[in-house]
Amino acid sequence: MTTYTATVTVRLKRGVLDPEAETTKRALERLGFELDALRFTERYEVDLDAADADEAEARADEMAERLLANPTIHDYEVAVVEA
Amino acid sequence: MIAVVQFGGSNCDRDAVRALSDLGFEAERVWHEDPLPEETTGIVLPGGFSYGDYLRGGAMAARSPIMKSVREAAAEGVPVLGVCNGAQIGCESGLTPGAFTTNASARFQCEHVYLRVENADTRWTAAYEEGEVIELPIAHGEGRFELDAERYEELEADDRILFRYCDEDGNVTDEANPNGSLGNVAGVLGDSESVAVLMPHPERASLPQLGNTDGRGVLAGFEG
Repeated sequence: MTTYTATVTVRLKRGVLDPEAETTKRALERLGFELDALRFTERYEVDLDAADADEAEARADEMAERLLANPTIHDYEVAVVEA
Repeated sequence: MIAVVQFGGSNCDRDAVRALSDLGFEAERVWHEDPLPEETTGIVLPGGFSYGDYLRGGAMAARSPIMKSVREAAAEGVPVLGVCNGAQIGCESGLTPGAFTTNASARFQCEHVYLRVENADTRWTAAYEEGEVIELPIAHGEGRFELDAERYEELEADDRILFRYCDEDGNVTDEANPNGSLGNVAGVLGDSESVAVLMPHPERASLPQLGNTDGRGVLAGFEG
């Protein structure tokens, strides 16, 4: 068994309004920054023991599918590295 | 007996029991770690902030063990009503379509709203006329209804939208939409007519002493 860190990145699907990001963008603009757009993502780092990277990725993928992301509004991606 | 499921952080469970009792129902709170009583004839997923709204409103509660029993009961035709946080739990658990997410205002909205009854041919809306305007309170930060365009069209075609936010005269406008919900949707049916969720609080508008009883009709849906 090897210890891996699976990074699950959850973001709103394109086109879904993100009021928190919009508010943050406006606050940056008030500080004088110029920007076209700003997006929030949520990032989860999961340490887990698995036989290989594929198994670690499959398990993290299921975590995203079943809890970390809501498929109605979110896309997600999983990346795995040895811890 | 109507089971009002109490999660850690639920805070409208007692209001629901009181309002249902006033309507003549036998209702009890059931702690989420306890099994659903065998004599359960209806289920309320109440409002509140289960699990502190961690991750997303309703996300944790939707995956708690009692929800398996709730889904099984719903599949057998036991009526289930989700209110506010309970509506988020309903969507997160797949009982009802869509998602209730961060208000377009990015603020917690606590106010009275008007709702137009879109479909009066359900157990939850039979007390009203189609097109009737009722007034209910809302209190939520994550109430914006979201659904992809294709499934939203199906939802409309299947007449599963119960209520839309509107103005006092029943006009469904952007100005009358408190949270940016898609199509001003405030409440929807699940796959079957026995399951419904809504963000506004009928249980807070059901006791005559409080001056507004517009919500009684929704709770009366447990009569079937």
